[in-house]
Amino acid sequence: MLAWTIYISFIGVAVLILLPAENKKAARAVALFSALAGLAVAFAGVFQYKLGSGIADITNTPWIPSLSIHYHLAADGISLTLVLLTGIAAVVGILFSWNIETRVKEFFAFYLALIGGVYGVFLSFDLFLLFVFYELAIIPKYFLIAIWGSTNREYGAMKLALYSFVGSAMVLVGLIAAYVLAGAHTFDLVELAKFSFPKAMQFWMFPFVFVGFAILAGLWPFHTWAPTGHVAAPTAASMLLAGVVMKLGAYGSLRVAMTLFPDGLAAWRGVIAALAVVGIVYGAMVALVQKDFKFVIGYSSVSHMGFVLLGLMTLTSIGLNGAVLQMFSHGIIAGLLFAVVGRMVYDRTHTRELSELQGMNLSKAIPFAAFTFVIGGLASMGLPGFSGFVAELQVLIGAWRAFPALAILAGIGIVVGVAYIIRTIQKSFFSGMQLSVAPTSHPLETISVPERIGAAILMATTLLIGLYPTLLMKLIQSGFDSPLMARLLKGGTP
Amino acid sequence: MNGFPFITILTLVPIFGAIVVAGLDSQKKSLARLLALGFSFVSLLLAIVLWRNFDAGSSALQFVERHEWIPSIGVQYFVGVDGLGFLMVLLSAIIVPFALLVSWKIDDKPHIYFALMLFLQAGLFGAFTALNFFHWFIFWEMGLVPAYFLIKLWGGPERVRAATQFFIYTLLGSVTMLIAFVAIFLVADTFDFIKLGEVGRNGGITALFATKPHWQAVSASTLGLIIFFGVFLGFAVKVPLIPFHTWLPNAYTEAPTGVSMVLTGVMSKMGVYGFIRILMPLFPDQMRSLLTPLLWLAVATIVFSAFAAFAQRDLKRMIAYSSINHLGYCLLGIFAALKLTGPGAQWPIEKAAALNGVLLQMFNHGLSASALFCFIGFIEQRGGVRGLNDFGGLRKVAPVFCGLMGISLFASLGLPGLNGFIGEFLIFKGAFPLASWATSLSVIGLLVTAVFLLTILQRVFSGPLEAKWAGFSDLNLTERLIVLPVVALIFVLGVYPQFILQFINPTVVKMVTQFAS
Repeated sequence: MLAWTIYISFIGVAVLILLPAENKKAARAVALFSALAGLAVAFAGVFQYKLGSGIADITNTPWIPSLSIHYHLAADGISLTLVLLTGIAAVVGILFSWNIETRVKEFFAFYLALIGGVYGVFLSFDLFLLFVFYELAIIPKYFLIAIWGSTNREYGAMKLALYSFVGSAMVLVGLIAAYVLAGAHTFDLVELAKFSFPKAMQFWMFPFVFVGFAILAGLWPFHTWAPTGHVAAPTAASMLLAGVVMKLGAYGSLRVAMTLFPDGLAAWRGVIAALAVVGIVYGAMVALVQKDFKFVIGYSSVSHMGFVLLGLMTLTSIGLNGAVLQMFSHGIIAGLLFAVVGRMVYDRTHTRELSELQGMNLSKAIPFAAFTFVIGGLASMGLPGFSGFVAELQVLIGAWRAFPALAILAGIGIVVGVAYIIRTIQKSFFSGMQLSVAPTSHPLETISVPERIGAAILMATTLLIGLYPTLLMKLIQSGFDSPLMARLLKGGTP
Repeated sequence: MNGFPFITILTLVPIFGAIVVAGLDSQKKSLARLLALGFSFVSLLLAIVLWRNFDAGSSALQFVERHEWIPSIGVQYFVGVDGLGFLMVLLSAIIVPFALLVSWKIDDKPHIYFALMLFLQAGLFGAFTALNFFHWFIFWEMGLVPAYFLIKLWGGPERVRAATQFFIYTLLGSVTMLIAFVAIFLVADTFDFIKLGEVGRNGGITALFATKPHWQAVSASTLGLIIFFGVFLGFAVKVPLIPFHTWLPNAYTEAPTGVSMVLTGVMSKMGVYGFIRILMPLFPDQMRSLLTPLLWLAVATIVFSAFAAFAQRDLKRMIAYSSINHLGYCLLGIFAALKLTGPGAQWPIEKAAALNGVLLQMFNHGLSASALFCFIGFIEQRGGVRGLNDFGGLRKVAPVFCGLMGISLFASLGLPGLNGFIGEFLIFKGAFPLASWATSLSVIGLLVTAVFLLTILQRVFSGPLEAKWAGFSDLNLTERLIVLPVVALIFVLGVYPQFILQFINPTVVKMVTQFAS
């Protein structure tokens, strides 16, 4: 059944291509309907899934028998969590692109193709298939930025595509090496995970595959695509980029690199944890000095994804749980922040320079946007009561257990995180400064209904998970209880 | 009344009120004010009902509610009050409606202002009743956000800087506290304050760290100290202790009157509450080993803030510094009560006296300091300025004003017969035999406080009346009615402190016996 999340998205793409170009309303409706249907299927899949049942197969048929490649879709608690996130992000992203007027049907076609690819990655348990979906997601991403983007869009799109392809190439090399060494008879993740690869091979292959994926998760120092890509992308695309695509990287790192090469992981985890913490602190510090509103959020994504990677490296049950919860939480919160910056503010003021926004008294002009940004900002700085707090708390608990010194350093990142959010809230909405020359002569258009609904969905989600995280944590925990993860958890114990 | 979720309802009423008031049309200003006041009276009523049902003779936690919340990280929904928690709930329930009445004239988006105030109250109620770190921390931080916006949007000319400074300082402390608690959770495997207190009594956190083999790069006792400092910083900033106080004068001065009242009246007590509820039970060894430096900090807080207040020329800033001074006595009492060694066995009577004094002082300072901020607000409303030397001779034109504010000033300086005296007296009585040198030095603070508070009385109300203040109006009927309940309480508690002592004493005695072991 969950496979329909993928199919619905691609059916949506097909329908959109067939639509006449001038019928913009129909294009929007088709896109929204597909996304809603995908979300409904995702919810149904989550409710159907029996906790503790490990990996639930959806379909497993031979695809390219000569290479023993299977069309193997399945789901466990971790993939379900991320499928749910994708469903929510997809719907909300469409609500925030309701005002797109140029080449509407192409926009939504690329958008749904990206969503379909993302669903595919989260549900694939055959590594070849996973790789195909992973590549499939890169292409629409490129076009979304290059055609509908803003500042430096060609540069941002190209940089993102190049980084993604380099990462993919590294992943591919690792996958083929694993395939060959394991006897060249399967690409199935579960089968491959049972095979003990030689330690020396793991030592070299782990960083290759891990970093290949983690480039997309914004691992410092390979993160530089993220801020430029986020800034160049149109609102919905930056919401997806930060909300979902970065999770692809983190998910791949966990699902493929860490699961297949536990010994390599044991050798490298200290280094990667340190890089993750550098990312947390560096991302926050750079966000603190940005002049462009969107760059602040772009760098904050790097910082928050650092918590995901740190949590993964703790190899403790609680830290890993926290990492996956943080993937979900950051997806929601980053989506919210990008929606405010890109859609609510930029589309109205046509500037993202904090110094220019300062004079516009935006808290009075668009109070709903100010309110949304305050909630998003508080959630982002890890205020208790919002989802980010529970996730980062668990990561910190795990990190204390594994790398106490790094846990303290991550604390610096949190403090700086508070500082840049406060600074941005202040400059963007609440400066109270009146410029002598009003930058916009006409009053700003009020926040539309789709925007309000989208913002409400995201705010409610982060609050709900923040107050009652058990909803998701049982699901995530059952993902780590499966035999697939047993070796990973054991390999980590020193 | 057992089984009835009293405290949950108490916390939800202001949250619900805040949502209702914030949702009002921005033009319906009076309705917003009235509704907010109504909700705060409901809370006050609930607090009174709580008081009627509170078993004063018992030291046990009462009105306990306990449910699983996030089992995988030991988080429970666990609330309850003992004498200490209840006292603070009562204080919050009294001060917030008082502050709302004083804020009546706020005219810029009153619905948001009043909603934020109610939200702040919910944070206070939650922080004083939650007994699981996770749960408590939500409310601890929740109070911060409305306070930030209240200062930032309705404050004085330097409000932006003051609000940011307040927020960043407090959050810095919160983050170190959070990280420290994560480490505590790792070894103690619980976030439960009551269970953590047992850990503190059974060998303390250091013994637990010693069992963690892969942290042996640092010795267990050093680690214990680092963790202690993490938590300590969070509370020390909040109280504040010198040298972590620099945010306070700016925040209190720039905040609108009603907000200053809640900040000093209740929010500063969150720090002292943390010292008693969390630091003392959990880190008795660490605090004892650092007793001398901690006492020095308390003395420095008391003495320096008194001198600093003396040097100010802005009435609001003077009262802000005097707040630091008054809470310094609380910390002196707490630190002294930790002392274990010395002749005379465990000194249970002195310790009980000191801690009873601390709790009384928390309550009394809440009343008198918020009353003082209220009076200064009234002065500023009339004169437009609030400098120490801007006025003179107001007694002639505003005798009632002078009389009532005088009562608050005298209460604040600890005149016998008014509420401030008994708390400070008990602290000094208890602390002197336990920490003689520190207590003796603190007397300097007491003297300087008396001097600067009397200076206020003298410069503002005595002397020749300047012509321009001839039209300075006395308190009108509404204003009199607003301050009357609090001034009455100042009298009642001064004459009959038993009123409060009766229900805090069992809690205090229990604490003392627990520390003695």
